[in-house]
Amino acid sequence: MRRFLRPGHDPVRERLKRDLFQFNKTVEHGFPHQPSALGYSPFLRLMAIGTRSGAIKLYGAPGVEFMGLHEENNTVMQIHFIPDQCQLVTLLDDNSLHLWSLKQHGGASELREEHHFTLKGPPGSPPSATQITAVLPHSSREVLYLGTESGNIFVVELPSFQVLEDRTITPEAVLQRIPEDNCNRRSCELVEALREHPKNPDQILIGYSRALIVLWDLQNNKAIHHFLGSQQLENLYWQRDGSKFISCHYDGSYAQWPVSSDNRQSEPLENTVPYGPFPCKAISKIYWQTTKNGLPYIIFQGGMPRASYGDRHSISVIHGSQQTAFDFTSRVIDFFIIFSSDPAAEFDDPSALVVLAEEELVVIDLKSAGWPAVQPPYLASLHCSAITCSHHVSNIPLKLWERIISAGSKQNIHYSSMPWPIDGGTNIAPDPPQRDLLLTGHEDGTVRFWDASGVCLHLLYKLSTVRVFLTDADPNDNMNTVGEDEWPPLRKVGTFDPYSDDPRLGIQKIYLCKYSGYLAVAGTAGQVLVMELNDEDAEHVVDHAEADLLQDQEGYRWKGHEKLKTRDGPVRFEAGFQPFVLVQCQPPAVVTSLALHSEWKLVAFGTSHGFGLFDHQQKRLVFVKCTLHPSDQLALEGPLSRVKSLKKSLRQSFRRIRRSRVSSRKRRGGGGNASEVQEANAKFDQDALQEMELAPVQRKIEARSAEDSFTGFVRTLYFADTFLRDSSRHCPSLWAGTNGGTVYAFCLRVPPAERRMDEPVRAEQAKEIQLMHRAPVVGILVLDGRSTPLPEPLEVAHDLSKSPDMQGSHQLLVVSEEQFKVFTLPKVSSKLKLKLTALEGCRVRKVTVANFGSCKTDDYSENDLAVLTNLGDIQIISLPFLKLQIRYPCIRKEDVSGIASCVFTKYGQGFYLISPSEFERFSLSTKWLVEPRCIVDMPEMTSNNHVHNKSGTENAARKSSPGDCGEDERKSGRLMEHALLNDEKVLKEIQSTLEGGR
Amino acid sequence: EFRRFSLERSKPGKFEEFYGLLQHVHKIPNVDVLVGYTDIHGDLLPINNDDNYHKAVSTANPLLRIFIQRKEDADYSAFGTDTMTRKKNVLSNVLRPDNHKKKPHIVISMPQDFRPVSSIIDVDILPETHRRVRLYKYGTDKPLGFYIRDGSSVRVTPHGLEKVPGIFISRLVPGGLAQSTGLLAVNDEVLEVNGIEVSGKSLDQVTDMMIANSRNLIITVRPANQRNNVVRNSRTSGSSGQSTESSLPSSTPNILGNLLQGEEESDEEDIIIEDSGEPQQIPKAAPTSESIESLSQIELLHESTQNGFLPSSEMNLSHSAGSINMEYEAPEPGRKSLEEDGTIITL
Repeated sequence: MRRFLRPGHDPVRERLKRDLFQFNKTVEHGFPHQPSALGYSPFLRLMAIGTRSGAIKLYGAPGVEFMGLHEENNTVMQIHFIPDQCQLVTLLDDNSLHLWSLKQHGGASELREEHHFTLKGPPGSPPSATQITAVLPHSSREVLYLGTESGNIFVVELPSFQVLEDRTITPEAVLQRIPEDNCNRRSCELVEALREHPKNPDQILIGYSRALIVLWDLQNNKAIHHFLGSQQLENLYWQRDGSKFISCHYDGSYAQWPVSSDNRQSEPLENTVPYGPFPCKAISKIYWQTTKNGLPYIIFQGGMPRASYGDRHSISVIHGSQQTAFDFTSRVIDFFIIFSSDPAAEFDDPSALVVLAEEELVVIDLKSAGWPAVQPPYLASLHCSAITCSHHVSNIPLKLWERIISAGSKQNIHYSSMPWPIDGGTNIAPDPPQRDLLLTGHEDGTVRFWDASGVCLHLLYKLSTVRVFLTDADPNDNMNTVGEDEWPPLRKVGTFDPYSDDPRLGIQKIYLCKYSGYLAVAGTAGQVLVMELNDEDAEHVVDHAEADLLQDQEGYRWKGHEKLKTRDGPVRFEAGFQPFVLVQCQPPAVVTSLALHSEWKLVAFGTSHGFGLFDHQQKRLVFVKCTLHPSDQLALEGPLSRVKSLKKSLRQSFRRIRRSRVSSRKRRGGGGNASEVQEANAKFDQDALQEMELAPVQRKIEARSAEDSFTGFVRTLYFADTFLRDSSRHCPSLWAGTNGGTVYAFCLRVPPAERRMDEPVRAEQAKEIQLMHRAPVVGILVLDGRSTPLPEPLEVAHDLSKSPDMQGSHQLLVVSEEQFKVFTLPKVSSKLKLKLTALEGCRVRKVTVANFGSCKTDDYSENDLAVLTNLGDIQIISLPFLKLQIRYPCIRKEDVSGIASCVFTKYGQGFYLISPSEFERFSLSTKWLVEPRCIVDMPEMTSNNHVHNKSGTENAARKSSPGDCGEDERKSGRLMEHALLNDEKVLKEIQSTLEGGR
Repeated sequence: EFRRFSLERSKPGKFEEFYGLLQHVHKIPNVDVLVGYTDIHGDLLPINNDDNYHKAVSTANPLLRIFIQRKEDADYSAFGTDTMTRKKNVLSNVLRPDNHKKKPHIVISMPQDFRPVSSIIDVDILPETHRRVRLYKYGTDKPLGFYIRDGSSVRVTPHGLEKVPGIFISRLVPGGLAQSTGLLAVNDEVLEVNGIEVSGKSLDQVTDMMIANSRNLIITVRPANQRNNVVRNSRTSGSSGQSTESSLPSSTPNILGNLLQGEEESDEEDIIIEDSGEPQQIPKAAPTSESIESLSQIELLHESTQNGFLPSSEMNLSHSAGSINMEYEAPEPGRKSLEEDGTIITL
């Protein structure tokens, strides 16, 4: 009905709205979910990662990122860069090939799909005839060699994907040219590997699955050489000079083969099973890297003894007498070596090993002693322990920023100081407008501080709350300790560790005051920690208090988990945020809301039973308030365990559906053409849908009553200095909103600073508002006399905000899941409201005040509410008139965890999880937009080996040279910065200035 | 005439005694009167036996407003739900019954202690195949008591018959409000909720909308059983069936006027407790010139007269029809400040 009352569009406002609001999904942070393929271009110095959902992501220097999505959402099986080109080819699991290219458009490079192609066999041939198993982009850049299951090697022209049928290398042709008797048709089944001769582009090495390896002359169509191994072949690799190659096999062995000029079958020079003599797993990929000192690096994946270490995901590096088997936390998808890409160089001189595991990216510095890991500037594994909550703080003061970085750098000393080796492309995005922190709470009791200012989300500092508590896990259990046995020489690498020792340690709420450096963190077992930033290690006792939220309520029995046990005596804390107060709620239910007032030195916390206020200056509990309804039995029995198990079972059933879908696809194996596949998929989807339709889904329509469960659940807490009792005197106040639509307001008396330690803080309940629609209260806000939201604590003291208007009358905004309501203060009368659910059937999930600046004029900005609904829509609602400004669809409504994870910033941006490991960043503002903008130029060719197509290359080189200059400058700048952070002296200097300032 | 006196809340006594007291206070010992009071929802309800008398006293917070009418002038239609809010001015209803004499009122019986729980509304503007039902959850303890589900229905479109998704009533809870009205049945298709079309909305959205409107739920349904439809004279039966069937609910925008009133009436009052005192309804703030901007304002102007609190101007309307208005307080034990003995005439 409101729709019809709405006055006609005001053109001035409409224009202003266009200057203020704009919705963009800008960048994905974190680690791609379910990666399935890896590619690298030594020429562009770019890395490409493909995923099971058909996404392809390119990464270079920090800030250089591209993303593409295959239309078909099929798994990316292989990625190959075309040598010396800004192009790459992907192979999907539907056997289709896709050509992508990086092209400049509007001053920045863009990744676009150019062509796609599916290899078709002659009519009547089995599908395996064209099932691609190996792809070789030839250095001529004109053709691709495609090895297939049938043993045929097809040649297709680029970029047209036209099959050059006369150049197909058939098994028959190969067999004819091999004099051997013990080779038959079956020896040439399934091409495992295709490798071009490093010096002679007219020769390729063909490895068939049954261990027949043929060196083929492309010009004369004949076999120059052939080699016959004894074990099933997995992969091949040329030595740099082309005099030898190495093969790896299914039984965990590898062999070196000499390539001599005589045309007789050679015997391997060396055939070893590195982790024998007991049966070993296959070595699936191997590199042979030469060095100046003569000792090669042999780097291979797998090969572990089957019985005792068959479950390890390992990559071994052998260099002379040094041998390490890097033990990864999840399955290894693929890896590559960064080595000298200069074709004129005599040796490979490998510098880094880059491993894509299923859950993280690990880079090993092969130049430094001990082969330390390199900390990636991007692709952070956000989910190394599951994310349980997130908190964003905009515009961090430089001083706090530096202190956090300095605390973090002390944690990162075990990382290599090598500059990031994948450094292609140039980041041309403007510098981020401000320093932003994203804090993520994790299941294992840690809080991670991410630099969220720019495109690269990277870890600044990691805080663990575990030390405060006594847990079963030994805190000295270091991930990096060498394994129990000497052999194999396993070494754990990576940070992914999804197994929480104790779920009670999980972090649920975080609140950081950026001005004072106070941090409050609350967890699953009702624990609330208040911390202070300290630049030095320290050993001290954490003050401990208990808050009995049930008060005098009798007869309740908590069936949930026990509270955490605390450590007696002083605890040693490393530099950074160090807890000094611990409040434990009783019963130890999940903390559901948290607020910190750094000026008044108060922390408020709420659970499903009630809320409390703690004075962290005097270390005294000010009051507790039980919000429990007497009939609410569920809240007493550890409700969340129940909710969780329901969630879990739901998730499992979904997983089952998904798995069955995947397996049905897998079962068809390599066969079938695309249309058939799609048909089958569509049929399956339809069946699944019908199955769902049969299930009787019905919803009960019932008014909410005071007796419903979880009404006492405290959803929001808010501190405000406002007119609570009378209009002449304002006072500090604490507001709490519950799941049952109740708002409590407490009047606080905080002693003045000089008597702060002498007099107790007092609190008295002043108001209780019951919203009759009884929907959960998700936000409370006080607007000052100018209808501006009250500033954050200490904001005014730091001259970062105008002081609030205490002359005009204040207003109270209560946001429930269903309605927005404005009341007057101090006498509560309702002034305005906006009914969301009654009109649209959606409910508020997240709400924040955000400041929107105009992109046209610098001097105009306004505060609005940014709202995320349960349908995944984002709405912007004006303050104080509560008018809907604009609405954008953002998250799929089925993506419940995405919606639950959403966090807004104070300047109209936001983040939500698109997978356990990735945040999508979006922007509602025209002014604040953080998105990748980068250029990839063709680097200058130093090669004189590549005679073909030389003129074109030179052109490209000439074009790119100005860009290169810029890149060099930038690179050195970043190196400086890096050096700065790793230089202890500089750090000490930063520290001393910080301390001097205090 | 107004009288104001106090009464012991814990010991209200019998209705007979109270009736006598009223006659005494107003010095009308031999006049037959009808006694009514406004309950917490702002409805005018009768007091005519011990039960509803006790109920009335127990709802005083702390003021109980009693209305007395001479029996021979009484307007029975003034009693019941929404009487205080639907008509802009309660007193004028009571005091000037001639306002409502446009239609001769059929008196069935004296409403005792009951109120309407449901009604069919907008019969004149809806297609015959549709039914708009209003459920008054307001104030009753009965559950609404029904379930909805997804389904599909057949619509007539320019392209012929088309199967479209729809929302249906799937179950009625025995003894619930929905069942007891007899106006809703299993398999009725839900077309609108409080004036908003449900087509294109998910089951969960419609559920949320219904629950959000549960205190005054108006659902437009296409009953599964079309045999009990009201046949109206205004429409000739010649073209009947098909044509009305194909008229979609969206083709009746004129209904919104009626619904608007319906919705605004339902505006539930939030409750505030100040300094751990008695719960009170939160009044509406008077619109200030500063905040005149938009639709919210229009809404406010509407609502400001419907909040259950009588603006003081109404006091001026008293003298007609010989009715008496008086207020008395039922002080709770231990709260003496408002206790005043005897009668105070406030006029």
